[in-house]
Parts: sequence; C-alpha cells; structure tokens
Amino acid sequence: MTLKAVRMHGVRKAYRFFQLHDVSLELAAGQIMGFVGPNGAGKSTTMRILMGMVQADAGEIEVLGRRIPLEQVAAKRDIGFVSDDMRLFQNATIGWHMRFVASIYPRWDAQYAGELLKRFNLHAEQRVKGLSTGEHIKAALLLVLARRPRLLILDEPTSGLDPVARHEVLGELMEVVGDEERAVLFSSHNTVDVERICDCITFIDRGRVVESSDKERFLECWRRVQLRMAPDAPLPRSEDIVDATRDGQIVSITTNRFTPELMGCLTEAGATTLDVQRMSLEEIFVANVMRHRGELSR
Amino acid sequence: MHTSLHISQTDARPMYLQIMEQIRQRIALGDWQPGQELPSIRALAVALRVSVITVKRAYEELGAEGVIVTRHGRGSFVADRVALTNDLQEQRLDEHLLEAARLARVMGLSDDELATRLRKIKRKLGKGE
Repeated sequence: MTLKAVRMHGVRKAYRFFQLHDVSLELAAGQIMGFVGPNGAGKSTTMRILMGMVQADAGEIEVLGRRIPLEQVAAKRDIGFVSDDMRLFQNATIGWHMRFVASIYPRWDAQYAGELLKRFNLHAEQRVKGLSTGEHIKAALLLVLARRPRLLILDEPTSGLDPVARHEVLGELMEVVGDEERAVLFSSHNTVDVERICDCITFIDRGRVVESSDKERFLECWRRVQLRMAPDAPLPRSEDIVDATRDGQIVSITTNRFTPELMGCLTEAGATTLDVQRMSLEEIFVANVMRHRGELSR
Repeated sequence: MHTSLHISQTDARPMYLQIMEQIRQRIALGDWQPGQELPSIRALAVALRVSVITVKRAYEELGAEGVIVTRHGRGSFVADRVALTNDLQEQRLDEHLLEAARLARVMGLSDDELATRLRKIKRKLGKGE
C-alpha cells in the first residue's frame, strides 16, 4: 500500500506555444485517478512524460517505484497505455494482435483475453480496418488489460464510445482496482464518468495543476449558496468565496470551503440563507478553472 | 459479485447517501440479518461501478451510526442490535420536514405559521382526503 503507482514532482516542459508548469501528481496503488481538463490543458503531454515518450525539461518522475526516463524499460513491462491516436495494424486481425502481444508479455492472460472479447462483443477474426471507432478503442483496451499491468494510463478511453460501450469499459476499469495492488490514471472531459468511478481527481488547465484531491472532499467542500441581503449591505470579504453574483436582494455565492464559520460570517453580515446546493463535479470543475484563470490574469 | 443495490444518476443525493439508505433498508427489512457479513468495500465498489472511496465513506458513516460494525482485517458485519424499522421511517419524515422548513424559510413563514399549516393539512387528512 505504501508504494506509489505514480509520483511526479515539479515537472516542466516548454514548447513554443505551450508549457507545463511545475506539474506534481501522486497516485497510490489501488486507486483510480481522473485527470480532468479542457482540450489543450496538458493532459496528454503529462501522460506521455510518464510513459517516457516525451522528455521533461525539469522535475522528478517515478512510476511504480522506477525512475523515468532512466528505468522506463523495466517500468513499461507493468504499464498499459492506451491513447486515441494509437493505431493497430490495419490488415491484421484482432486475434493476430492478441498473439503478437502475448509473445512479448509473459504475463498475458489468455483466458481473461477471451472473456474480454465476449464482453466487448469483438471477434478474433475481425480485421482492424473493418472496426468502428468504438470497436477499435475496445480492441486496444483488450490488448493492454489482458497483460494485467499494475498501472493503466489511459488517454481519453471513453470518448468516442457509445453509452453501452462506455458502461462496459468503465466496468472493466473497476475490475482492475478490485485488486488493491493496481492503479488506473485516466484522462477525460466526461466528468460524469470521473465522478462515478474515480477515488481522486486532478484538475489541470493551461499547463498547471489547478487542484488535486480525493473526490469526496471535492464534493463536500464545494457549495452554491443562495442568500437574501439588503442590496446596499456589503458582502463579507472571504477567501472561501470563489464567486458571487448579486441581483437585487438575491446573492448567489460559490464556495470551495463550505464550513459553519463561513455561514456564521454571512449571517453576521445580515444575510439570510435561502438555499444550499451541492455541486456536480462538472460545476466544480468549471468554477475551479474560472477562478484559477482569474487569479492568473490578476 | 452480483448486487441488488443501485446508484441513480437522477437522484440528487450524493452516491454515498444512496448506498447508505439501501443498506439500511435491507437491514430494516430483515433481508440482511444481524451478524451477517457485508460485501467487502472493494467488491461492492466493483459491482456498483462506483469508486472505492465512495463505498468506504458509506461504510464509515454506517459504522458511526452503529448500523454496521467493521472489524479491521476481517470485514464489515450487520450490527447485533439495530432498531432500524422505525429509524427508517423517521429518517424519511425528517427529510420531508427539512424540505418543508426550507421552503417556509424562503417564503418567510414563522414557525407558528408553519405549524398552523401542518395542523390544517392533518385535519384535511383526518376527513378522509
């Protein structure tokens, strides 16, 4: 349990039009981490650095206790990586790919591979060029899952899947962490999937980690509160208020630290609470990113 | 593992509360007997396709309520003595009352006015409405 599946500290990478600034991440064994960010936020670059496919300019990277890129060959035996730009051989069948991967990885689980074929409704005789987008993703996932890697790094595994296929794929990801030794890091902009199956969540925007925490904490700390206040009464200044809008007597605030202290401070300022609402992960994500951008431009 | 528990995405309550309520219900109905072992946190998480941390939270809160007992390294069990039959109904009543109290506050009703309205509704109910 003490072994971290992923540990990244102060990682930087500069391109001409994009930079990763001081990215730090930690993922414990037995957990699923959702890596959430808008397009171009740096999710894929971060994952490629973890895989040793892109070299960072600075920072420390450890995957399954091995230093990247120095010990990447040893680490990769235990990592399964799938990204949407990964291409299988067009003229070969799924079965050919299964035999090919099995010949490289001694831990290949042929029985599990067979079960996955059935569950994903794929056939070993199918040629890759005849596969739909969803089938292609499922085939690529099958080829990594059946290796039983200790860490799965999946770049947008559920985008391009229909609802049924998404349900099947998420189910398989849950099966992976049914065993406490293994971990999953997956990026997505579908916050519904992330909210459901992830233990911890890292939000990234414009090359910076905005916030990283366990999911229950995110959901417990963020609230939208509707208040009634005299239009001329000043709203207390508090670091815990992320956003506030006023319309006549109605004040709507968003907080990332919903505590009795904050509510007390609002009552003292003459506010009556009308309603307290929980926020979905998507709403939290958007509010978090907007606040972060506001801070950066200040 | 097969489970009859389910998570609803249209239910506004957080997932851990949905799990807690369904476990309480099974215990209250007697389907899950005192002393019976609950599925492990991981097994239930996989079956429900819900994160481990969410199921863990539900078990911890049920433990704090005394509904289940978790013995470290051995698993979680239905507590020996739980009087849930009434609790369950009381809890539902409280939920509805809370909603009513919230609305009353938005409408600016006093406690007395709210109580008067409740009495009026009860009288209506008594007349066989």
